[in-house]
Amino acid sequence: MGAGHAHALYVHEHSPVHRLAPQVKLAAAFGFVLAVAVTPREAMWAFAIDAAALAVVVRLARLPVAFVLARLAVILPFITFAFLIPFVGSGERVDVLGVSVSQAGLWGAWNVLAKATLGATVSILLAGTTEIPSILRGMAQLRVPETFTAIAAFMIRYLELIAGDLRRMRTAMTARGYDPRWLWQARPIATSAGALFIRSYERGERVHAAMLSRGYTGTMPALDRRVATKREWLIAAIAPGVATGTAITAFLALM
Amino acid sequence: MDIRDVHFAYPDGRKALRGVDLRIEHGQRVALLGPNGAGKTTLALHCNGIYEADAGSIHIGALPVTDANLPEIRRCVGLVFQDPDDQLFMPTVRDDVAFGPANLGLRGEELDVRVAEALDAVGAADVAGRAPHHLSGGEQRRVALATVQAMRPDLLVLDEPTSGLDPAGRRELVDVLRGLSITQLVITHDLPFALELCERAVIMNDGRATADGATADLLVDQGLLHANRLELPFGFDPAVARRDNRPTSPR
Repeated sequence: MGAGHAHALYVHEHSPVHRLAPQVKLAAAFGFVLAVAVTPREAMWAFAIDAAALAVVVRLARLPVAFVLARLAVILPFITFAFLIPFVGSGERVDVLGVSVSQAGLWGAWNVLAKATLGATVSILLAGTTEIPSILRGMAQLRVPETFTAIAAFMIRYLELIAGDLRRMRTAMTARGYDPRWLWQARPIATSAGALFIRSYERGERVHAAMLSRGYTGTMPALDRRVATKREWLIAAIAPGVATGTAITAFLALM
Repeated sequence: MDIRDVHFAYPDGRKALRGVDLRIEHGQRVALLGPNGAGKTTLALHCNGIYEADAGSIHIGALPVTDANLPEIRRCVGLVFQDPDDQLFMPTVRDDVAFGPANLGLRGEELDVRVAEALDAVGAADVAGRAPHHLSGGEQRRVALATVQAMRPDLLVLDEPTSGLDPAGRRELVDVLRGLSITQLVITHDLPFALELCERAVIMNDGRATADGATADLLVDQGLLHANRLELPFGFDPAVARRDNRPTSPR
């Protein structure tokens, strides 16, 4: 795909996973996460199979393992919270290493840990192998309403600019000897947030004028729609297929 | 383009245009000079009907700028905004250049050809897959031009095209603009740039066109420049800076 800068989450590679059409990858990611989410938490082996399937895809996508693990750190806050559940949970209690914990809570913690890790890995895989414009195009292909894709596109395009504005305003404040750090110094921050809002609003008006100038009539033109082949759909269906099969088997085994 | 006695006031009551007359012949390259707040940008936004004149008329060719004609007017008047961040709003350069022609109904291969042509014309074919906010200032400016060129306009209106450009970026822009053979209205207060690019210049001040003539003649008239809050850069003598000994870019 395009040369040069890409998003921080993207890994520049030429793997079979990178080459898949974005809409196929989006659908596969969604399917996989859905299957994992409904898998009964007691079926530990099922999560092992799901993890193995993901590991194969990560390998195929040639994503560095260290990169994936580093990105997984995002879910640490949730995990920390999950580890509290066994201690505060109610119901039957069991002893683990001499500490009495709730059995239901233990299962709850395991549930969060396993599903969050798998879900986050899926999104890391998607972001690591698909550039943002492609993801947006894939969404359009999957018939996501244009309003959503357009808003996402504009947000991505202008977020960096607005963040830059904020940084400059803060630098300007610091340069004049004011470095707000505490809550009671919130007033200048609130003022600059207001100024930022006005600036962004005015930019919105100018961008709209620029769009009108180039013949915008209220709908974004459909650009360069890449049609996914049957083969691509089949290949992409393998991982979510495995996860779905595992989930169903797990349900049957527990009945 | 024929602008006759155009008046315009902003909703807050500020009068931006107080009877502007301006006629540009086919194929001319005209500089529109004037201080900040003279109404230059406001006039530009009238050229393709973004703002509607309170009084007076604007014709592009034989076509009056009216609501019914807006689609055709916006096809034939290409407006390049001052801030490329306003002009470039799509996720990639390619998509952005395709936006205009796609609105005109082009699709598929025809659209691809149009995009490639426009990017080639401004020497930006190599950045097609990049995100606009990752380009340098000069690249952004040239891509902004390409987004408009892709619609094959008959008239190009450029609002402060040199603002924020370094000298090399400015030079590349001059080369690109000189290479385009369509009618151009270049809004600027960069007087050497105007002299280098345009034979004719119009000076605007306080919502009116106050002078119109050969750029070289206007720029040597110190009294006229002073009266319109225009100033030549230190050490620049328009009588010496002749158009035929302009620097050429190292290629």
